[in-house]
Amino acid sequence: MVEKAATRDAYGKVLVELGKENPNIVVLDADLSGSTRTGWFAKEFPERFFNAGIAEQNMIGLAAGLAVSGKIAFASSFAMFATGRCWEQIRNTVGYPRLNVKIVASHAGVTVGEDGATHQAVEDIALMRSCYNLRVIVPADAEETKMVIRQVAASEGPFYVRLSRSATPAFYAPGKCDFRLGKGSIIREGQDAAIVACGIMVYEADKACDLLAREGISARLINMASVWPIDKDLLAETAKKFGKIVTCEEHSVIGGLGSAVAESVAAECPCQIKILGVSKPCQSGSPDELMKYHGLTAEDIARAVKQIVA
Amino acid sequence: MRSMANDVKELADIARKIRRLIIEMLAEAGSGHPGGSLSAADIIAALYFSKMRHNPRDPQWLERDRFILSKGHAAPALYAALMLSGYLDENTKLTLRKTGSPLQGHPDMRKVSGVEISTGSLGQGISVAVGMALAAKMDKLNSRIYCLTGDGECQEGQVWEAAMAAAHYKLDNLTVITDRNHLQIDGDTEQVMAIEPLADKWRAFGFEALEIDGHDISQILAALDRADTIKGKPVYILANTVKGKGVSFMENKVNYHGVAPTREEAVKALAELA
Repeated sequence: MVEKAATRDAYGKVLVELGKENPNIVVLDADLSGSTRTGWFAKEFPERFFNAGIAEQNMIGLAAGLAVSGKIAFASSFAMFATGRCWEQIRNTVGYPRLNVKIVASHAGVTVGEDGATHQAVEDIALMRSCYNLRVIVPADAEETKMVIRQVAASEGPFYVRLSRSATPAFYAPGKCDFRLGKGSIIREGQDAAIVACGIMVYEADKACDLLAREGISARLINMASVWPIDKDLLAETAKKFGKIVTCEEHSVIGGLGSAVAESVAAECPCQIKILGVSKPCQSGSPDELMKYHGLTAEDIARAVKQIVA
Repeated sequence: MRSMANDVKELADIARKIRRLIIEMLAEAGSGHPGGSLSAADIIAALYFSKMRHNPRDPQWLERDRFILSKGHAAPALYAALMLSGYLDENTKLTLRKTGSPLQGHPDMRKVSGVEISTGSLGQGISVAVGMALAAKMDKLNSRIYCLTGDGECQEGQVWEAAMAAAHYKLDNLTVITDRNHLQIDGDTEQVMAIEPLADKWRAFGFEALEIDGHDISQILAALDRADTIKGKPVYILANTVKGKGVSFMENKVNYHGVAPTREEAVKALAELA
């Protein structure tokens, strides 16, 4: 049995640690502090936590005002509301002025599950990646989340970090994650094709590599947690070496990791790319069922790799 | 910097200079927003040259009062005040809205020293002002945060989200002023989307609301002083103004919301503001 943990739980824990280390850290939420786990920070540091109520656009403005006054402002909600409802606030009042606001959203993607389409953000990476000065990080598991949040707090300027609701398999052993901003990480090497994944899809892609190995196919697996800025050098080298890339994300096939990979590869070293992601309308269901419905399981990834190497 | 000009007459003269700069900038730019810049000139003069504690030689002075132009389209009025108080070289005035200029069509904090936050998209500056007021409270600073909104801007839902938060957090270091010039691009506010009774709305949201003539310097200063004495809640000043104030042919003309004066009109306007 694989150990499981939710990335939002890791966020909540590391926020409390950061709060103890740095009095300049402030946290905002929009009535979802129980779900996003910012409530843990609120309990420890009530004077540095601001609930904006169900008013996400104002929350972003409050975060900007605190940031411009010298604070490191973490603002959290569900990914749908934090990015979709507030896109223009983020674009104009956080991104362009390059403020020290860290938007960390939980409940991204289809694994939100039963709440259904209104709560399943599958456009957030595209939205945030298009905002000037925003950097977009999608950690693979709880261990990587801890590392990412620490780096995000220590790096000046705006970030979007995408977290999940569900407990997902622990991918990295404690202390074994090598996340660096703007860099991809080669998880396993191969000969026949390359898989580039982010978030919970890294685990699925790793399982896909095991399935493929049984059929004599080996694939390089890259964890591209730093979706933006993306690791152009590693992608160019990968495209040149393999000529075939499959990308996987729990996000729309439009504008997310696959698009970022395709844009980068097209400019540096064009090759065949298969983008796996959400291309059907979202709906309610259990996370596992929905991953099957959208074609995001290890079996789906293995099938795509076989097609591309055939 | 305290009281560069306390005298009402002197402030009126500074407001006149601000209006002249607005006209000069906009005529050269060939586009922009004269009406709402001219209507805000007296309020901005009173803030920058009497009420606010600030230091153009130390724009990041921690204890300064802060001015947020939530109605960012009145950028020329802000730029004029920043020029006259020494943040901004007056020689930049002919570059407004031109490629490469620090004087963007709407204020950019990364391009002009003294601009506290970039604004232009309505409803957002006031949220930032509330965030600044929260930070000032946290840091136990005596800074006061002044936020100038448009009246049409009060149609934005985010304004009321911010108002709710300001009262909730008892931000008595925040003064929100509305430049109530009655006109927005499509016409009279009450025809486009009625906002009255405006002062009552702010009161209902938890503000102490004052109402003044926004062109009467004595009334502006008195209201700003009164705001300092109100504890436990934020203050709202409804400043009744005239769109295009100071240039006879622009006054109360909706067309001058977003159309710059021609060169001939500018000559006429500057003669009136001599």
